[in-house]
Amino acid sequence: MALFQIAEPGESAAPHQHKLAVGIDLGTTNTLIATVRSGMAVVLNDEQGRPLLPSIVRYLPDGQTEVGYAAQPWQAKDPKNTVVSVKRFMGRGLKDIAHVESLPYDFVDEPGMVRVRTCAGVKSPVEISAEILKVAKARAEAHLGGELVGAVITVPAYFDDAQRQATKDAAKLAGINVLRLLNEPTAAAIAYGLDNAAEGIYAVYDLGGGTFDISILKLSKGVFEVLATGGDSALGGDDFDQRIFCWVLEQAQLPPLSHEDARLIMTRAREAKEFLTSHAEAPITVKLSSGATIDLTLDVATFAEITRNLVAKTLQAVRKALRDAGLRPDEVKGVVMVGGSTRVPQVQRAVAEFFRQEPLNNLDPDKVVALGAATQANLLVGNKTGGDDWLLLDVIPLSLGLETMGGLVEKVIPRNSTIPAARAQDFTTFKDGQTAMAIHVVQGERELVSDCRSLARFELRGIPPMVAGAARIRVTFQVDADGLLSVSAREQTTGVEAGVTVKPSYGLSDDEIAAMLKDSMSHAKDDAQRRALKEAQVEAQRMIEATQAALKEDAHLLNAEETARIEASIAKLQTLMLGDNRRQITLAMDDLGYETQEFAHRRMDQSVRRALAGRKVDDLNTEEGNQP
Amino acid sequence: MDLTTDFFSLFQLPRAFRIDLVELDARYRDLQAQVHPDRFAHAGEAERRLSMQWATRANEGYQTLKKPLERARYLLHLAGHDLQAESNTAMAPEFLMEQMEWREAVLEARGGGDHHELERLHHRLRQDLRGRYEELAILLDDRQDMEAATEQVRRLMFLEKLLLEIDDALASLEDKAMDN
Repeated sequence: MALFQIAEPGESAAPHQHKLAVGIDLGTTNTLIATVRSGMAVVLNDEQGRPLLPSIVRYLPDGQTEVGYAAQPWQAKDPKNTVVSVKRFMGRGLKDIAHVESLPYDFVDEPGMVRVRTCAGVKSPVEISAEILKVAKARAEAHLGGELVGAVITVPAYFDDAQRQATKDAAKLAGINVLRLLNEPTAAAIAYGLDNAAEGIYAVYDLGGGTFDISILKLSKGVFEVLATGGDSALGGDDFDQRIFCWVLEQAQLPPLSHEDARLIMTRAREAKEFLTSHAEAPITVKLSSGATIDLTLDVATFAEITRNLVAKTLQAVRKALRDAGLRPDEVKGVVMVGGSTRVPQVQRAVAEFFRQEPLNNLDPDKVVALGAATQANLLVGNKTGGDDWLLLDVIPLSLGLETMGGLVEKVIPRNSTIPAARAQDFTTFKDGQTAMAIHVVQGERELVSDCRSLARFELRGIPPMVAGAARIRVTFQVDADGLLSVSAREQTTGVEAGVTVKPSYGLSDDEIAAMLKDSMSHAKDDAQRRALKEAQVEAQRMIEATQAALKEDAHLLNAEETARIEASIAKLQTLMLGDNRRQITLAMDDLGYETQEFAHRRMDQSVRRALAGRKVDDLNTEEGNQP
Repeated sequence: MDLTTDFFSLFQLPRAFRIDLVELDARYRDLQAQVHPDRFAHAGEAERRLSMQWATRANEGYQTLKKPLERARYLLHLAGHDLQAESNTAMAPEFLMEQMEWREAVLEARGGGDHHELERLHHRLRQDLRGRYEELAILLDDRQDMEAATEQVRRLMFLEKLLLEIDDALASLEDKAMDN
């Protein structure tokens, strides 16, 4: 007699089919791609066996690009068209960018996000990042021998909504299905925690090329719970280079430099910094285009002195995060060091002094984020089977709020709220007969709107004229598991509604993305339509697989007629997706979505009941055990 | 059991102010383990949306029941006693006087950089709060005196805010000390 197979959600009862998924650490300096192979997370190397993909993109006049090591030698020779550290510009306006004057790019100050004018046209940071992600995707697919089902892309925990949305847009532009945006320190905690079966309070100190994050986590019984996070999304190794750069200029008393010379000195500054991780002093020799030569020696003590306030800034964020978590430094069991910049000796020393313990350096600080992301991607696509499972509870780094009277901010969702999170707030009209209301969404901790980041502005119109204070306008914030916000507003007495995905005000609208996609296609061999068709087919396949897996697990939730209708919708979609009519495929997908809506509800109810019932069985057992 | 189920039922806890926080933690985690969006990343769109709604509800419920003041407010809300915190500010004069004295003491200690005094105020206030929460438990769970409980909750809202102000003052002194 066949036994019933009981399947947990997330555990497929179907014959095991490995889905291709990767984790991508889209870093300021370097990008890494990792995947899980026979239960082990591994970094995927390029054809020359190199694990890193330098996050550098060079544009050529014909619109072609060079990415990574191919672009690297051009940063001094062709600085205007060779973009490094593009992550610093994601979701940022020109005024937000530090040291603009020392950067060689021809910036275009557009509302919302800054753009860079290259010989191949004006490029947004989203497009530039997409070039890096395309290469990452190609590397993954070459290794894995098939099309990717999806990727987990990491972002600094302290990235705000604009920066996260820009990252997701870049992935979309590169044709990647984003399974989740995962916070970098959280990814590191997964890699470290699973490797070491760690339990207790851990701090992850993540100093990357351009960003700093501190996350405080509680690890217990397969749950990774972020208690608080903090940081600075414009503080990283680049700033250490910048300090050395300024020191060189000061010491050598140089006249104004060409972009080429500046870039060259910056490169030597970075080399000196790296040299000082294992030497007492570093020689800095630069031959300038004028023929003059700079010849200096930087010692460790001077290096520590000129970067002292950078390190102090990180510790200030650490103290704040600990306070938010309600913890003292001595309650932290271990400090995991992540990011290449934690190799800097004065950073190691300062962290050790602050926590009064040696930080944990047993993981490669360059790779740990990508490895953790790969592990999470493997879980999210459903490759894990039974038992070997964990739950991740992450938070938003910055409070979300609304502008109220007098330019003040009313906080709606406070920082360090566990995501997904939602909150509704009621507002009213302040003038008789007022029929419209402007809604301004901001992010940040300060009290004045002008000190916070503006995320979106929209207007709720069509409020029926009433006396002041009579209308009830409910504004609802929803933050999803990627940390992305959507806002909707509704007048309660009449039901007038307005909704936005918080997006258009700083960056790219869906139309702009579509235009960019089309634009990038004109350089490629296949055309935009073919790609759109392909995407619809992939999406349809994904939908069919998800539905079939659900049917296999939970057919008992449906009666014969319902099952037959869903199966008919699947069959129809399967036939249509073989053809080339994209519209028909989309319509068939909508149909299947409609037919499975009720099924989804029942499955979710079952999950909730299971969570509660599991408890009851435990209680029952204990009670029985206690019987005399 | 649906998205409008009250938080006590959601976590299968008795509707009371005195609850077992360890139990709350465990049930919250059990529920998230089933409904969290990470469980449905490869599922269809309808399930992904439902999962987000359930996980959001679980987070909201957990935050509400975890903190005693929020829990009390929620209990009063379920019993039909909303606080009208802003419109109804009538408070006993002696309580308000006491509040002003507290605030002056905090301001003075902060201005003078008196870390020790702030710690002392913090400690005293925490003790005061503890006593008041014990009284609140009796009012809510034993006597079901919702009127008196509402009054107590409104005072606690003042005092919790004051505690945050002392925390802030301590934090800013600490930051100054560390940066020098």
